[in-house]
Amino acid sequence: MDMDRVDQIIDKHRGEASSLIQVLLEIQSEYHWLPKEAVQRVSEKLQVPLSRIQHIATFYKAFSLVPKGRHEVHICMGTACHVRGATRVLDTVQDLTGIKPGETDMDLKFSLETVNCLGCCALGPVIEVDGKTHGKMSPAETAGVLKNYE
Amino acid sequence: MSEIRLQIDGKEVKAREGMTVLEAARSEGITIPTLCHHEKLEPFGGCRICIVEVDVRGWTRLVVSCIYPVAENLVVRTRTEKVDRIRKMILELLLAHAPDSPDLQNLAKTYGADRDRFEKEASFCIHCGLCVRYCAEVKKKDAVGFIDRGIRKEISFIPEIAAKECWNCKECFPLCPTSYLQAAYVLTEALAFPSSSSEAVSEE
Ligand code: SF4
Ligand code: FES
Ligand code: FES
Repeated sequence: MDMDRVDQIIDKHRGEASSLIQVLLEIQSEYHWLPKEAVQRVSEKLQVPLSRIQHIATFYKAFSLVPKGRHEVHICMGTACHVRGATRVLDTVQDLTGIKPGETDMDLKFSLETVNCLGCCALGPVIEVDGKTHGKMSPAETAGVLKNYE
Repeated sequence: MSEIRLQIDGKEVKAREGMTVLEAARSEGITIPTLCHHEKLEPFGGCRICIVEVDVRGWTRLVVSCIYPVAENLVVRTRTEKVDRIRKMILELLLAHAPDSPDLQNLAKTYGADRDRFEKEASFCIHCGLCVRYCAEVKKKDAVGFIDRGIRKEISFIPEIAAKECWNCKECFPLCPTSYLQAAYVLTEALAFPSSSSEAVSEE
């Protein structure tokens, strides 16, 4: 893997241990996960023990120690979205992608997660793909949205 | 360093500034139970079994004695009905996770804790952090750490470090109140570096 990019990220934060989480976040958004080589590099350069990084990387849901898909789909299961049919939206996404919440498909195209309220209940049912919000989803519209991602 | 006088269970106790209530009590031979405390390690305050009652400015409070600093004229009670009740509850909760831990069973006898009060969810590790902190603070190897959080929190060895360091150290093993640590180590070894200990044995 390309360590230059990891080094760049570390250097940007002047290799300071206090920037650990920021560094990990940037690596995560670059690769969609935290590859082991990258984590080891961070550990060496920031002088933070691997066990500490491992704790942080497993503590926050924003990090993943296994590869994630190119697109992250978040389906809101909050109360408002739930009563407006979030379950049917979730079923549709599961059918189309073949994965359940917490999983990633074999082609590394989608990763699926459920969340509890994205804070825009009036738009429910809401799904979020790569941070972009799609509101008032029906199963058919959900299928339409997912088609746009390669 | 100035001398501080306080009272523990009715006994006048002298302590130095910066000492914890637990240290002051122990220096006078007064026993306070602990699970996550270790003299060589930084104060942690994780298990709460060392809870005691203190009077501060006319108020009675419950404090964690392994991290609570001594103060002039502090009045401490280590065995009140309330303290005992809390310790019993903590033990019963921990026993649901590690029902056969000798340390827990001994304490359970003292505090009348019922091993079967809560439904068993034997995860064995009680998150005292002794192994993790000992490896980091005393041995400075960081071979073992915590992963995840909440009910899924568990210890995890870093295989690369464990393969190099643990076989000749194992100083954390006797610290573990539940023996889960040994089990986790053996499992890590079996999965990640199965040959190394047999090699080490054959070298001896
Ligand atoms: S494995 Fe044992 S020593 Fe380590 S945190 Fe768990 S109970 Fe404590
Ligand atoms: S419940 Fe879905 S956005 Fe609030
Ligand atoms: S011994 Fe004080 S909190 Fe564990």
